[in-house]
Amino acid sequence: MAMASLQHRTADLLVIGGGIHGCSAALHAAMRGLQVIVFEKDTVARHASGVNAGGVRKLGRHVAEIPLSLHSMSIWRRIADLLDDDCGFQPSPQIKVAETAEELETLRGRVAELNSLGYTHEQILDRQTMRTYLPAVAQHCVGAIASLDDGFAQPYQTTFAFQRKAQQMGVRVLEHTPVERVSRSGEEWKVQAGAQEFTGRFVLNCAGAWGGEIARQIGDHAPVRAYAPMMIVTERLRPFCTAVVGAAGRPLSFKQMPNGTVVIGGGRPGVPEPANNRTHMQMSELRHSAQTAMDIFPVMRGAQIVRSWAGIEGLMPDGIPVIGPAAHAPGAFHAFGFSAHGFQLGPGVGDIMAELIATGSTQAPIKPFSIKRFPQDPTRAQKELS
Amino acid sequence: MNACDLAIIGAGPAGMAAATEAANAGLSVILLDEQPAPGGQIYRGIETVPEERRKLLGPDYGKGLSIAQAFRASNATYIPEATVWNINPDLSIDYSRNGGSSQISTRHLLIATGAVERPTPMPGWTLPGVTTAGALQILLKAHGGVGDDVVLVGSGPLLYLLAQQMIEAGGPPKAIIETIDRSHYLKAARHLPRALSALSYLRKGMAMMRQIRRAGVPHYTGARDIRIEGAQRAEAVCFSAHGRAHRIETTSVALHQGVVPNQQATRLLGCDHVWSESQRCFIPKLDAFFESSVENVFVAGDGAGIAGANSAEIRGRIVALRVAQKLGDDKGTQIRALQKKLSRDEAIRPFLETLYAPSDEVMVPHDDVLVCRCEEVTAGAIREAVDLGAPGPNQIKSFLRSGMGPCQGRMCGLAVSSIIAERRKENPQSIGYYRLRPPLKPLLLSELAQLEREPTRDEPL
Repeated sequence: MAMASLQHRTADLLVIGGGIHGCSAALHAAMRGLQVIVFEKDTVARHASGVNAGGVRKLGRHVAEIPLSLHSMSIWRRIADLLDDDCGFQPSPQIKVAETAEELETLRGRVAELNSLGYTHEQILDRQTMRTYLPAVAQHCVGAIASLDDGFAQPYQTTFAFQRKAQQMGVRVLEHTPVERVSRSGEEWKVQAGAQEFTGRFVLNCAGAWGGEIARQIGDHAPVRAYAPMMIVTERLRPFCTAVVGAAGRPLSFKQMPNGTVVIGGGRPGVPEPANNRTHMQMSELRHSAQTAMDIFPVMRGAQIVRSWAGIEGLMPDGIPVIGPAAHAPGAFHAFGFSAHGFQLGPGVGDIMAELIATGSTQAPIKPFSIKRFPQDPTRAQKELS
Repeated sequence: MNACDLAIIGAGPAGMAAATEAANAGLSVILLDEQPAPGGQIYRGIETVPEERRKLLGPDYGKGLSIAQAFRASNATYIPEATVWNINPDLSIDYSRNGGSSQISTRHLLIATGAVERPTPMPGWTLPGVTTAGALQILLKAHGGVGDDVVLVGSGPLLYLLAQQMIEAGGPPKAIIETIDRSHYLKAARHLPRALSALSYLRKGMAMMRQIRRAGVPHYTGARDIRIEGAQRAEAVCFSAHGRAHRIETTSVALHQGVVPNQQATRLLGCDHVWSESQRCFIPKLDAFFESSVENVFVAGDGAGIAGANSAEIRGRIVALRVAQKLGDDKGTQIRALQKKLSRDEAIRPFLETLYAPSDEVMVPHDDVLVCRCEEVTAGAIREAVDLGAPGPNQIKSFLRSGMGPCQGRMCGLAVSSIIAERRKENPQSIGYYRLRPPLKPLLLSELAQLEREPTRDEPL
């Protein structure tokens, strides 16, 4: 990276991490008139944001995530207007099939719970209705839970589109620029990156699996762990499935893309190496995904796998992200640890973070995602601040 | 699972020689190969080809027989018809055979998967009737004949060897259209003094050219702006040469622009690669004993940089002795002798590489040329994505789907890196290559599903 002038090293908001959350927050902050710099240690969308399964899913979310997911969905529906790029977004049902009567009973319980909370986006499909949506599903499947107006998109295309739109709005995206140090000095945040020092009023941690270290430098504690979801894609098959499919009783994420290829994920992880940005596939684990896919769609038995891959994602112990202000430090914010289901939330949470940072508050119910739910170290935080 | 001392992938000259040498040195050796019989591409079918056809294919081909026989006679375990589809970081190898998956473990690995023909994107190259010189040669080795109106297009020794073999087989090509730029002759001449120490290669080359001339095969030189015309299939090759436009009608076109190392396995293992300006391709970074940047992973044969069958065999032996040495046997003298022999055999390479360097037309094709055949991505689409800000091959892959089809990037990889490099005015070295992931070859879901679990691996969760 070339040396930037002093003016170019100062901004309102310094965003750490060029994934979908960093780029979305940067864009939304720029739309609110903030000057923004994004720091990305590799290239934009290099990890989880670029290589996830692309599900745009409200189905099956933690109850606390539902309002955020609904908000995000409203942005997805106009994503082409927002980004001048359709992001490959395709509305489609998301369906999770039950293979036993007990599983279906659990799903009924879920719908009842959501209904009691006033949410109606998930519904039970009886066997016959399920088969109209999934004519190729195995005979033994007894029913399903579905969110009919979900969809999927192209992850890299989407994150790249957020980056480009943000850049058009004046955001500076610095790739190959790892953040070495975050510190507070007076009323300002300093970010040491690529042998230069940047200054901003606000700092936003969107560093995914690497978010724990950034949080530590801000003075917070969050037990994020690197995690490497593995995926498989097959050769092109004759169209047989238009919905995104999961299974109630075992891990699966399954969808046939418009070009006929089938993407299978949702199973056990590979081995992440966050220190050198690599992942290793565990084919011996991936075989379970292969088995599940064949069990639920017998047509898959003759399908050829063309590729497999994995990306590095940040996983929280309770499976929901960290979203909101830092525990103690003023002007610092977090949006990381999306635990392998952050892609759909990207547009919405970016908007919420921009609102929170630009105006000091948000109507969005983000309290359950506070970093304070994890034990913090107040003495260290005090020291960092003084 | 007991690990063997040396596992070898590929039963070409490098693989066979390494297996033989290592087994004779007392090492436990397993050789996995895709084909039903040893030989690799260069000595394909060497044990079973009828004697008459073996003669027709020439003495260089016949030489493979003694290598195969020595390999058969050795104690190396040979697993033919095995498709290796994954190599784990601990060097355990997953392969499928007869519809099932198996795994072996090894302490050292030799990747001897050889070379692949450099893909030659040009207008019309995807039409039925267009193939490669290598594919035609396989047909020739298997059946003895390849059709009667074949037009050979491109550059490189294999093009002339194929022409010669077709002449011998009684069906000469209809024409040879050579793309070598005139400037290459001057540049290559600089390497002649060194090449003279490998005189036998030069003599063979000249004899080949004389035979082609005598057979009266029309031979066009300095061809540019080549395109293959045809509505449903190839009908003609059009080009300009020395200021004149030509059109040669044919239903069968064989393209060739030399061969390049097959990088799939070394990329999968994360070995460092360097861009070779002279060979215009990526080559794994290797030490003097052909060990890669990943410890205990070796590469020999053309996969270690194109040098032909004789060098491949020598390289294979060097690797075998080096592994024996690592396991405690002093093989220094033998290794040094082989290294000297290798250096003599490779003396011809700079001359050949310069003379037959692929044309820019092929390396960085025009905008309307399909580069990724599987997903139908043009060179122009790649340039547009670069202009939008996609920085490298992996982003281009994610964005345009190039390299995501059944060929797993084999056909477009080098071209995509070269086009990005040209557009960004950088060297392909800094642009890099696709990240490769298992399976190395397309694999049935059912084959993966029945893979035995590895007992030694710790769970990440």
